[in-house]
Amino acid sequence: MTGPHHQDHAGAKLGMWLFLATEVILFGGLFLLYAVYLARYPHEFATAGREMHLVFGTVNTVILITSSLLAAMAVTAIQRDESKTAVRCLGGTVFCGAFFLCNKYFEWSAEIGHGIYPNSSRLATGSPGESVFFSLYYLTLGLHGLHVLIGTALLAVVAVRVQQRTIHASNYALLENSALYWHLVDLIWIFIFPLYYLLL
Amino acid sequence: MTPIVRPVTVPSFWNDTGKSGVAAWIFSTDHKRIGLLYLYSVLAFFLVGMTLGGLLRIELMAPGRTIVGPQTYNALFTVHGVVMIFLFIIPAFPGAFGNMVMPIQIGARDVAFPRLNLLSWWLYVLGATIIIVSLFTGDGPPDTGWTFYLPFSERTGTNVSLAVFGVFIVGFSSILTGINFVTTIHQLRAEGMSWGRLPLFVWSLYATAWVQILATPILGITLVLIIAERLLGTGLFDPGRGGDPLMYQHLFWIYSHPAVYIMILPAMGAITEIIPVFSRKPIFGYKMIAFSSIAIASAGSLVWGHHMFTSGMSDRAILIFSFLTFVVAIPSAIKVFNWVSTLYKGSISLEAPMLFALSFILLFSIGGLTGLILGAAATNIHVHDTHFVVGHFHYVMFGGAGFAFFGAMHYWLPKFYGRRYAEKPALAAWVLMFIGFNITYFSMMLLGVKGMPRRYYDYLPEFAPLNLVSTVGSWILISGVILLLINLFRGLWKGEPIGNNPWGGATLEWTIPSPPPTENFDADPVVTHGPYDFRKTGMP
Ligand code: HEM
Ligand SMILES: [Cu+2]
Repeated sequence: MTGPHHQDHAGAKLGMWLFLATEVILFGGLFLLYAVYLARYPHEFATAGREMHLVFGTVNTVILITSSLLAAMAVTAIQRDESKTAVRCLGGTVFCGAFFLCNKYFEWSAEIGHGIYPNSSRLATGSPGESVFFSLYYLTLGLHGLHVLIGTALLAVVAVRVQQRTIHASNYALLENSALYWHLVDLIWIFIFPLYYLLL
Repeated sequence: MTPIVRPVTVPSFWNDTGKSGVAAWIFSTDHKRIGLLYLYSVLAFFLVGMTLGGLLRIELMAPGRTIVGPQTYNALFTVHGVVMIFLFIIPAFPGAFGNMVMPIQIGARDVAFPRLNLLSWWLYVLGATIIIVSLFTGDGPPDTGWTFYLPFSERTGTNVSLAVFGVFIVGFSSILTGINFVTTIHQLRAEGMSWGRLPLFVWSLYATAWVQILATPILGITLVLIIAERLLGTGLFDPGRGGDPLMYQHLFWIYSHPAVYIMILPAMGAITEIIPVFSRKPIFGYKMIAFSSIAIASAGSLVWGHHMFTSGMSDRAILIFSFLTFVVAIPSAIKVFNWVSTLYKGSISLEAPMLFALSFILLFSIGGLTGLILGAAATNIHVHDTHFVVGHFHYVMFGGAGFAFFGAMHYWLPKFYGRRYAEKPALAAWVLMFIGFNITYFSMMLLGVKGMPRRYYDYLPEFAPLNLVSTVGSWILISGVILLLINLFRGLWKGEPIGNNPWGGATLEWTIPSPPPTENFDADPVVTHGPYDFRKTGMP
């Protein structure tokens, strides 16, 4: 232990990791349902999966990975006390987050336009497995999208505070934790992408 | 208005910051004040739940309609269950005594994240408010049972969505408490407070905190899914649309069985503090008790299926869940043996906290052993969803966790008020509660064995005599609780002042003044002996 400051920082980080664990488990419930229903309806899932827009999924994957890189660069920058670089990196992450959500908007609009949404008459008359697939799809990606929204807002706040110098080289726990949160959002997407867009 | 007067005039956390208005309490980040906020909130909900429980019993006093009809009865047991589980017993120990006592026991000045701690309480209050609002708005209070089983909870017209959202918020509060406690116990232990010197109450809270962190998110997603079923029609648990109701039950019990350990582990921890102090003997088997807390927490996460033996799982799954349920009984029994061995040849003094602790051992053992009857697949089929189950879980949650909570109130609250209750009325209250409790719930177990189902407002005439007995028992029980609370709080406000260490405990909270100052310790303590080393306390 090197003084109370160090201890606070270590504590904040431990707390954040624990929180991230709860997020993983939260999504874990949905992935569990996915696994069970996939085993039950393999063919219906495959048919439904072919309706996904691979382009949107791929673009969003690239966006999120880039944004995670930028978030990590922001942390390195602040450790070196390069506030300007940190703000720029954070700005890039926020931009990516917003871009991701725009894509999601267009993707969902297209799908809803095709009559694919929970409880739609198209799904109600189709096979039950398909309806389950799309319900899970909307719930999982919706919850993930909500996390993207929260993460983007959080990083925007952090960027402003770096700009105002309330976050700096000797006090950057908030930046580090926000970046960790963002990596989590990214990590969950790394599971979502293959499960919904690629494998089926 | 001075709602909170200070109990004793020495400088303490009640007055030494000079702030004592309502705002200085509800926005305080002091772990002791937050602990008391939790204490009063959970007690308020306990009284609400107790009133509803009393009404349930009055309805069941005689066959046919006694005071309420079927729909109201359904709402009553649902709200009784939701209030008792989510607003009383889950937040009770970590929120109240975890907050008040744990930081002092490890020699810290506060928890790791004091502001997050305050947020936890506020989220709890927010969730509770939403639950209360849900009772009086929409199309009537939820009538699904506290388990919210689908597809019924999707189809019922009552106000399920809002209530479920309230529970979601309360769950979030519970997660934050868990994160705070794990971090606190890792980071803020005083010098010399090694893991092997942690009081066992802290060990139990540590295990509990992990359960809160790892299990509650599953409840969160499950509740979100209920709301999605109702509002979006996702149909994930609706057999008509390809869903499977069994999956709901799995998700629900993956949380809700471990939740039983959120209720019982810290209760066991509190008992483990009380028993050695009132036997004037070091705890027997420190390591095994600490280990068994962790063992219960981890093995307990694999047994949820024992709630679903009649739901249509495969026989193989039933066999495995049944086996694992028996495995969890082992660490629980380890604790019981250790408590009993601690008592052996101790110089036992039967004061109020000790009476609650001893009755905890008995009632929890009855609850645990009847749990094995339910955990064995063969016998489960016969008593599933009968009043036997109702009797069983009241033995665990009320006779176990509840009695431990009352014991802990008598043990620790004098510390935080600097005054104590009168002993004789406390004993009388305990006698009433103990007798009333057993009459109420043992009758229920007998009724269950005879085949009386749970969650019905009416029953066959042959069940009438035992139901009457049970209801009369509930009156004795409730009068005991009322006497207990009046005596306790009267004493805390007006009773005799106490010194630092009224019971002769060896943990750190007994080394500082009663009530403690805001900073807890004048100088950071250095720990040189174990928590049950009574030779070092300077007591006779
Ligand atoms: C004051 C004393 C209490 C009385 C008289 C009482 C009475 C009852 C009765 C009669 C039922 C069964 C209703 C039925 O199935 O038809 C019941 C259910 C229940 N009680 Fe209590 N109870 C009391 C205290 C508690 C406490 C302290 C807890 C928990 C800590 C608790 C938790 C529950 C739960 C979870 C249910 C199940 C609700 C459901 O079926 O959804 N009760 N109670
Ligand atoms: Cu269970």
